[in-house]
Amino acid sequence: MKELRQRRGRQGTPAPGMGPGRSGAPAPGMGPGRPGAPAPGMGPGGGDEVTRWWNKKLFEAGYVGIAWPKEYGGRGATVMEQVIFNQEMAKRRAPGGAGGLGVGWAGPTIMAAGSEEQKKRFLPKILSGEEVWCQAFSEPEAGSDLANCQTRAVEDGDNYIVNGQKLWTTGGMRADWAILLAKTDFDPATPKHRTFSYFLMDMHSPGVTVRPLRELTGSAAFGETFIDNVRIPKNLMVGEKNNGWYITMGTLEFERSNSSSAIQHLNTIANLIELARKMERNGQPLSKDPVTRQKIAQFYIEASVGKYIGLRALTRQLRGQTPGPESSVGSLLNMELGQRIEDFATYLEGPYSQLMRGKYAIDNGAWPRSFLSSRGRTLATGTSEIKRNVIAQRTLGLPRYTQ
Amino acid sequence: MNFELDEEQVMLKTSARDFLEKECPKKLVRGMMEDEKGYSPELWKKIADLGWLGLTFPEEYGGIGSSFLDLVVLLEECGRALLPAPIISTVVLTGRPILAAGTDEQKKQFLPQITSGEMILTLAFMEASASLEASDITVTATPSGNNFIINGTKLFVPDAHVADYLLCVTRTKDSSNKEEGITLFLVDARTDGIKIEVLETMTGEKLCGVVFNNVAVPKKNILGELDQGWSIMKRVLVEAQVAECAWMIGGARWAMETTIDYAKTRIAFERPIGSFQAIQHKLANIAVEVEGSTSIMYYAAWTIMENDPEMTLAASMAKSWCGETYKHATFDGVQIHGGIGYTWDHDMHLYLKRAKACEVTFGDSDYHREKVAQILKV
Repeated sequence: MKELRQRRGRQGTPAPGMGPGRSGAPAPGMGPGRPGAPAPGMGPGGGDEVTRWWNKKLFEAGYVGIAWPKEYGGRGATVMEQVIFNQEMAKRRAPGGAGGLGVGWAGPTIMAAGSEEQKKRFLPKILSGEEVWCQAFSEPEAGSDLANCQTRAVEDGDNYIVNGQKLWTTGGMRADWAILLAKTDFDPATPKHRTFSYFLMDMHSPGVTVRPLRELTGSAAFGETFIDNVRIPKNLMVGEKNNGWYITMGTLEFERSNSSSAIQHLNTIANLIELARKMERNGQPLSKDPVTRQKIAQFYIEASVGKYIGLRALTRQLRGQTPGPESSVGSLLNMELGQRIEDFATYLEGPYSQLMRGKYAIDNGAWPRSFLSSRGRTLATGTSEIKRNVIAQRTLGLPRYTQ
Repeated sequence: MNFELDEEQVMLKTSARDFLEKECPKKLVRGMMEDEKGYSPELWKKIADLGWLGLTFPEEYGGIGSSFLDLVVLLEECGRALLPAPIISTVVLTGRPILAAGTDEQKKQFLPQITSGEMILTLAFMEASASLEASDITVTATPSGNNFIINGTKLFVPDAHVADYLLCVTRTKDSSNKEEGITLFLVDARTDGIKIEVLETMTGEKLCGVVFNNVAVPKKNILGELDQGWSIMKRVLVEAQVAECAWMIGGARWAMETTIDYAKTRIAFERPIGSFQAIQHKLANIAVEVEGSTSIMYYAAWTIMENDPEMTLAASMAKSWCGETYKHATFDGVQIHGGIGYTWDHDMHLYLKRAKACEVTFGDSDYHREKVAQILKV
């Protein structure tokens, strides 16, 4: 099993996001669990050699976990300092560290809901990049309808015995640990949301098999994880038994709209302007075409709107206020904008957008590749439809539909 | 910068909303559509007494000395109430440029009287070309002794029929650089040769055509420098665009909130229509646009407050975005209300019409997108 994982590790995605004219949209995470778009160039979940090396550099310089407490290996600085650092990273198109999912999701969840023992055991190694994390929430029959999860965890002495199948395990092939949602109450009378528990699962445990899942891009950034009689010690449950649903929702909350994905869009738009200057139609650059100019300006305006929505959310957070409507609308705006920009870029390329590599391909096919991966943007971390439901019901207070 | 309102701004907003809900009900708004003046002098006096008109003027002119950011907070509430009063004309289009570019004498002459509500002013800028460019200014002012003589026609001049003074944008010199040779005059609206005609508008707002026929204005009434007026106008346009955005956001929020309330209570097919995804997703889209509008408008207002060079870009981004938001919020407002939303009795059409008017005031969304493209050097 381990050998299989290692082999796939080498095959894995070609270092994404390094090519010219690229959007910095890494293959997006699928299923509800994934940290938005991490800094460009980072393979989902991290874990390849380059990102591990880069993470070590960042960690040694004290740039991983800037706002995390010192006792767990962080810098103990403010959220504002973390945001400033993220923005600089995004502006310079620097790749993130290996800890994307660990730093973005697993770590904050353990900090918020984990035991002291779990915090001491896991947090420092998330920051140092020694241990790479993946998430195992979605299943074949449980994507948007996550409460339909079927993976079962049954008590057996000091352990739980877990069986099931997870899908869209971001970076699962290379991960050392997973955050896992599994059913622990099997009484059909119990409300669904009270039947789950939240576990930390060693991906090297006997019984864990990860198969790469080939996406429409042709590469495999995600895994299908088969869990066959895997033993998880009871002390690796996070929070209370049967409270896992709420902890999962908390994990998903850490993926808030932030200003760095908007800054990534602004970078992509700068590349788009270059492309429009380069491409000619009817003997003049497309950048002089009024329709093209309108579109590019609109993208720039939208990305700026996304940026300032993120900064309003940050102001509230820094003042200790609860997140307002701006935090839920930002991620919807950003995910759809990212798709439209990529689609328009291939439109500007015209027939050349079909060429994925070779001497005639523009930027060696960078735009069509990022176009393809952008189709997952409105699926990852909750589909855009689910996001609209959430805005309508939680932010605007509209009633749920009931039969 | 902080991207959310501080406590004082929240207080200003809340007190303005309370005041306008009481003093400016829709009955008054509708009445003023038919009214000859188009505003209520009693309400104008109350607004002046609250300090709204002098909000951003220094204390020496009777003002409060607050920032442009505070002003947009207030204008958002005025837009929500559809306040029928020449507040943007008097404060943003003329009062603030007088403060920025006027002589001591001009400031003393106008600002205290604006603050006290005794004087209404407006900007006579656009012409039949409906253009915002300096090159399209054709109304001329030619020197004659101690005076200049103004000739030509201004169009789409808000509130000119009740104004005491008009700030008139004229061409005083023909040069290859069309931004050269523009001069601004403070013109007494009762001067011989001025003819004002109130135009019939979709909203009932009072827009006017103003004909200048050999109108003599003393040289001392030039605002700023002779031939150098366009630099003042550039700033006026930026401030006007952001002020208009604040006004639009107030209206868009009213439309969104009113529609949400309706969707929660209107029953069809045995359940509230707000439980249908077709309705939920429309309203979620509006929420994205409205929150986005607020974020970009406050940013633009902040650049003005800080004299940040990005203000032109920020104002164009905001005007383009907010213009579409207000329209979408009111179009979907009518749609989700269904038949009742199409009636004269329901207030939604007042906002829908205002959204259309705001869209084309100080540059529509396409115009501002092209501005953004130019600034980005696309």
